[in-house]
Amino acid sequence: MREYQLVVIGGGSAGMAAAISAFDKGVKEILILEKGEFLGGVLNQCIHNGFGLTYFKEELTGPEFLTRLSKKVEERGIEYELNAFVIGLGKDKTVTYISPKSGLEKIKAQAIVMATGCYERSAGAIAIPGDRPAGILTAGQAQLYLNEYGYLVGKKVFILGSGDIGLIMARRMSLEGAKVLGVAEIMPYSNGLNRNIVQCLQDYGIPLYLSHTVSRCIGKERLEAIEISKVDERLKPIPGTEMRFECDVLLLSIGLIPYNSLLDNLGLPTSNSRGAAVNEHMETALPGVFSCGNVLHVHDLVDNVVVEAELAGESAALYIKGELPEHEKKLKVGPGNGIGYVVPSFVDLENASEKIDLKFRVRKPSKNVYIDIKQGDKSIKRIYKMSIIPSEMEIIKLPKSLLSNDGGDITVSLQPKEETL
Amino acid sequence: MKQDRELICIMCPNGCMLHVDENLNVTGNRCPRGVSYAKDELTHPTRVVTSTAKIDSEVLPVCPLKTASPIPKEKIFDVMKEINALHLKAPVHVGDVLIGDVCHTGVAVVATRDIEK
Repeated sequence: MREYQLVVIGGGSAGMAAAISAFDKGVKEILILEKGEFLGGVLNQCIHNGFGLTYFKEELTGPEFLTRLSKKVEERGIEYELNAFVIGLGKDKTVTYISPKSGLEKIKAQAIVMATGCYERSAGAIAIPGDRPAGILTAGQAQLYLNEYGYLVGKKVFILGSGDIGLIMARRMSLEGAKVLGVAEIMPYSNGLNRNIVQCLQDYGIPLYLSHTVSRCIGKERLEAIEISKVDERLKPIPGTEMRFECDVLLLSIGLIPYNSLLDNLGLPTSNSRGAAVNEHMETALPGVFSCGNVLHVHDLVDNVVVEAELAGESAALYIKGELPEHEKKLKVGPGNGIGYVVPSFVDLENASEKIDLKFRVRKPSKNVYIDIKQGDKSIKRIYKMSIIPSEMEIIKLPKSLLSNDGGDITVSLQPKEETL
Repeated sequence: MKQDRELICIMCPNGCMLHVDENLNVTGNRCPRGVSYAKDELTHPTRVVTSTAKIDSEVLPVCPLKTASPIPKEKIFDVMKEINALHLKAPVHVGDVLIGDVCHTGVAVVATRDIEK
């Protein structure tokens, strides 16, 4: 059986960044397994700009961003295999994969970094009433067809969900001559970034219907029309509010889910993000197995993915060198009032560096609030926020000196500013 | 033509609702960047255009590209016409100039991906 010090599963931005940082920390026997035809993952199809502002200090498109990483992989001579799909992971850190080059192959690793990204929620997840014709697909699938294969999936388009990929595709399909009739969002606020509402919808005169959802699909072979309805407070369509749009494509931009099935199959604990529960070193409950990027929690900026993946790569290097000991005592980290999830789920204070990144998202848009970090019942850090929204991930650098090993669990919660503590 | 306008600032996540009067006085901003954004947006809005062009290649049928800097917003569809008339041949590398001066804007269109063959 071939053996490696480190096997990285996934060759997107997270996988490449993790491999590069592990290499630079002295790990030389690395294999990246990438299921696609190219390194770079989803960045290959994200041809729009806005990437790299914090990491490279300049505005890049997705392909430009990935090229900078893939050049570093090539320069270091890090081994990678394309079209390689991992089908199994063992608790003994064996990795089973299939590829045209290797056939069915089982290899052994001292450490593993999971960097398999996320997948899109699809039509089956939301049970839209009506017909099931061709022409209903996820926004990311349409983006792949257009930006890598050169196919425009329709001429008259409606979009359900205001996630960023949907907004980006509204602009992209408009540029290529399609008519985008509108975007319906079931929540009373958009799930996309404000700048995308402006640059992708308003620039092209595309209406955004908040508190609306698609209540019917109509069509035999191919989608012919859809109906949208206003929804009540319980998010149920209100009869009598239907509006009909003739269209040949319905794009879904209704959420992303960490592609964590390999670790789920091992029965490893997860967090509210639906990714693995990890400690401050991005290590899962299985020592020597690390997780980073969108498979851990869905990010909005690739810059943050790269920073997180570098930490995972460095941690894997420490583990391989025997410098990341396991301790009994771990502090639990979790979401409190108003917070959806927090990464990490555990902190091992003895291993932690001086500052611990706490990453989280709020459940709904809020104004004039404090982010309150508690250990046990004691508030250890409060940060004022004028405005905070679910579509922007928050990162707080928590000084380790504020924590004590007998202080109890750590919670992150929102407090209205008026309330005195 | 001049009238009061409301627009969302896109400079940061706060997303301030800006109010601009007929003399380009900006209110509703919580920082100075809102003022310059609103003035630029109302006097000469610009955008970077990103798209793809046909390419003869063994690996991909299209090559991603962008305008090297922002172009006037009203020229977006003219720029798309010139981009869609391109027919490239591999190899192409990041930064290769594909159109020197697109639609007399003085801005180049450049490749954003390496396609070797």
